[in-house]
Order: sequence, then structure tokens, then C-alpha cells
Amino acid sequence: MNVHAPASRRPPGGAPPGSGPGGVRLSDRHLLGIAGLTPAEITLILDTAEAMKEVGTRPIKKVPTLRGRTVVNLFFEPSTRTRTSFEVAEKRLSADSLSIATATSSVTKGETLADTVRNLEAMSPDMIVIRHASSGAPHLLSRICRAAVINAGDGMHEHPTQALLDAFTIREHKGRLAGLKVAIVGDLLHSRVLRSNVLLLRAMGADVWLCGPSTLVPAGIDRFGTHTTTVLDEAVENADVVMMLRIQQERMQGHFIPSLREYFALFGLTSARLRRAKDDVIVMHPGPMNRGVEIDSEVADGPYSVILEQVSNGIAVRMAVLYLLAGRDAAESLDA
Amino acid sequence: MDADRMSRALTRIAHEILERNRGAGELALVGIRTRGVPLARRLARALKEINGVDVPTGALDITLYRDDLMRSAVGPQPVIRRTEVSFSIDDRKILLVDDVLYTGRTIRAALDALIDFGRPRAIQLVVLVDRGHRELPIKADYVGKNLPTSLRQSVQVRLQEIDGVDEVLVEGEA
Repeated sequence: MNVHAPASRRPPGGAPPGSGPGGVRLSDRHLLGIAGLTPAEITLILDTAEAMKEVGTRPIKKVPTLRGRTVVNLFFEPSTRTRTSFEVAEKRLSADSLSIATATSSVTKGETLADTVRNLEAMSPDMIVIRHASSGAPHLLSRICRAAVINAGDGMHEHPTQALLDAFTIREHKGRLAGLKVAIVGDLLHSRVLRSNVLLLRAMGADVWLCGPSTLVPAGIDRFGTHTTTVLDEAVENADVVMMLRIQQERMQGHFIPSLREYFALFGLTSARLRRAKDDVIVMHPGPMNRGVEIDSEVADGPYSVILEQVSNGIAVRMAVLYLLAGRDAAESLDA
Repeated sequence: MDADRMSRALTRIAHEILERNRGAGELALVGIRTRGVPLARRLARALKEINGVDVPTGALDITLYRDDLMRSAVGPQPVIRRTEVSFSIDDRKILLVDDVLYTGRTIRAALDALIDFGRPRAIQLVVLVDRGHRELPIKADYVGKNLPTSLRQSVQVRLQEIDGVDEVLVEGEA
């Protein structure tokens, strides 16, 4: 068929390979955050993820698409879900991948981030997936390396693939994002998942309600066009989606909440509280969950919970991101 | 080729399929996206009219198996659509359906994709138009029309389901 003919044979005026209807493409060769994406690009990633999800249902869950490409997973922070999810996504696309956890790397010997990455670059990877405790670390990398950089969570800034997989899961259940009431409850201050989700959901036209103790509400959060409340019932009332965030004790350097028991009493999601939401509400959590702190076990394991679906959808969404970024030319835009 | 000739070509192919396979018992149709899919559905209807048997029909997107995916210098990645093969292809005779047979590279990709779904007893290739210029050792088992073309020409298949009209056009000078 025509699609496989080399460029010289393409009929005049014929479409370039794959510029399908609409011809949307990712404008950046990195995925640093949701902030850089247009609604059309978000939709492209979610649509691509739908096709990728099918690959995971086959007897042979592998396609040859990224054969010969090398992906480095560079994790400077503990992670089970995100790292394994990226690894599975890379394997399903036949990429060669290696994972570096800082505990076993030269970082413990005092090497700087830039030096670590320059050395990895010398092994010419095509993509680098990075998780780092400092906000902006992936942005720094994107300026010094040739490989495409994917942000797998940077400090308290963004976690774009999490927001994309959340949106994918919501879209699967509700068929759309626009006009839905989405309540996001918990530690708003320390959450990169929150920031990416708010940017994405607002870009796609959802009605976002944020809820948490006033000590954990970041200043200026209303700029994103969200509603903020400190009353859980108000956020959950008539909600299509309730997304619970983890209390991030490892990032808390002060006394933000009196006690975990009091937090649960005021902000923990229980079956009784969930009754205020719509009948077909879905309950989400990016994990890892603190049962009995932000969410009751009865809800986490209950019929409205889509928490484990989020995990499987994460693979499809990450496959989509890897696929869409892999086609971009590396030499195209390296800042001199 | 107009709508009438297209419909007669598909009916003839349906008869050929039944003759060659002695019935529709173990057959399944798999259309290659985009235009192979409606063609496969039409063949399924034709087979049912002739033989009364429902032949399972699926859709295959071969994008992830293309050999030119990562070779284009700068350009958007092709949009991937869903593959839908909801039946087991093991031990079945698969009729792979596409609109135009040209270099053979799409079919090569489709064969790789199909084999990831299981081990069919046989794979037979159905195309509406064979325009020549093969780059791989691939040959169709059922052809709607052989259409000799030059490399400068392009063959456009339009189908009612997608384009609102049934026709095959050859564009450009011979």
C-alpha cells in the first residue's frame, strides 16, 4: 500500500506517512509536564493509549515498534509502581531498557545530576525517564542531553504520566472529561500528582474541586480555575470522580496535621461520605495508599474503586508516550 | 472501477473463497485498517448470503509493526488505531483483507502482527486491487482487479462506509 512507499514515490500532494486526520503531533520532543501540552496533544496521547491497551490483552503482549531503541530509567526517588510500569511499557514495545536506582549508582559517591547524565549520554540512549526529588530536574536534563526526557515525577512539581493515566481511566468510565465534577482530596501542598491533574483536567474542561486541611492548601492554587474547600462533604457532593491523594509524611517538615486519626476523621473517604457523590462515581488513588488515613479499606476495595485499573492503564499510557516521543528527531532542537 | 463492478468483484471473491476452502467452516476474516476493514465486513455479508454461515471478522492495525516507523527523519508518528480480533485465530484459516496490494510491506507487517495472536492453520490474502511493483515476495490469493500502474501514479480506493462513495481511481500520468 501507499503508506509504505518511500518518500520519492509518494504521489504529489499525498499525505506524509501517518499524518492522519487532524495531523496532530507532539510539539515538544520531551514530556516534561502537562503544562506544555495542548488539549489536542492530550487527546492524541489518550487515543494512542487506547490502541496500546489492546496490546496488553493479547497472548503475546509485545510489539516490535521500538526495537533497537534504548531507554534509561533513572530513579532518584523510591518508586515501585511508576518504575515497573515504565519498564513493562518499554518491554512491551521491544525497547532495550535499563533501570538505575540511585542507591546502587555513583550518585551516592557524590556525582552531580548533570555529570551522571552526561556519562549516560555517552552510551547514547534514545530516551531517559527520570524521577527526582527536586522540582525542575527533568527540565535541566532536557537542556543538556540529546535523548528525549520523560518526567516520571519531579519533586512537588509535576507527574505528567500519572495525570494522563488518571484522565485515561476517567475517560474509559465516563466517556469524556469535559463537564465532570472531579474532587481531589488530601495533601494538596506536596502533591505533584495534583498539579499535573489540575492542569490536565482544567485544560480538558472538567470542573475541579480541591479539598484538604488549610495547612495543606498551597497559596494561589485558585489561579488554575478550581474551587477550594476544607469541607469534604462539599467536595464529594454530586461528584463524578473522587481522587484521593496520599498524605506525604516524607515531605512534611512541619506540623501540618494534628494527628493521622484526626485527619481521617475530617478528610478520610468512607462509604458513608461517598454516598453524597453521584451513583456512578469512581474513586481513584495514585498510590501508594495509606489505608485508614486518607481512605477507608471498605472504599479502597469497594465497587466504586478503580485504583487497580489505574495501575494497568498506566502501562498503556506510558507506551503511548514512549511511542509518540520516539519518532522525534534527536538532533532537531538541542540548545547550543 | 465503480460501485457495481466493486460489488460484483467481491461476490466473485466470496465464491472463490468458498470453492477453494470447501465451505466457510474454519474461516475468519481480518481486515487491515483502514479500508480493509469495511471490505472484510462486506465479504462476511457475501459469504453469509451464499452459504448462510457467520464468519468471524476482525480489524488489524499494523502501525506498530511497520518497517519504516522510526526511519522518517522528522515527522509525526502515525496515529494508531485499535486492533480488534475478538476470536481465537488458532487453527483457523485467516483471510487477510486489504484494499490495494502494492509493495507488499503492509502485508509483511500484517503477517507479523497476526502471528502474535496465535497460530492460524493458513493465511490467505484478499485484495481489491493489485497494482504491481512488489518489493517483497508476497502474492494475493484473491484479487478483485489487476491494475497495471506506473510508480508515479497513485491508486485511491474509496468506500461507502468511509468516503461516502464506492470507487477506485488511478491518479497521475502513466
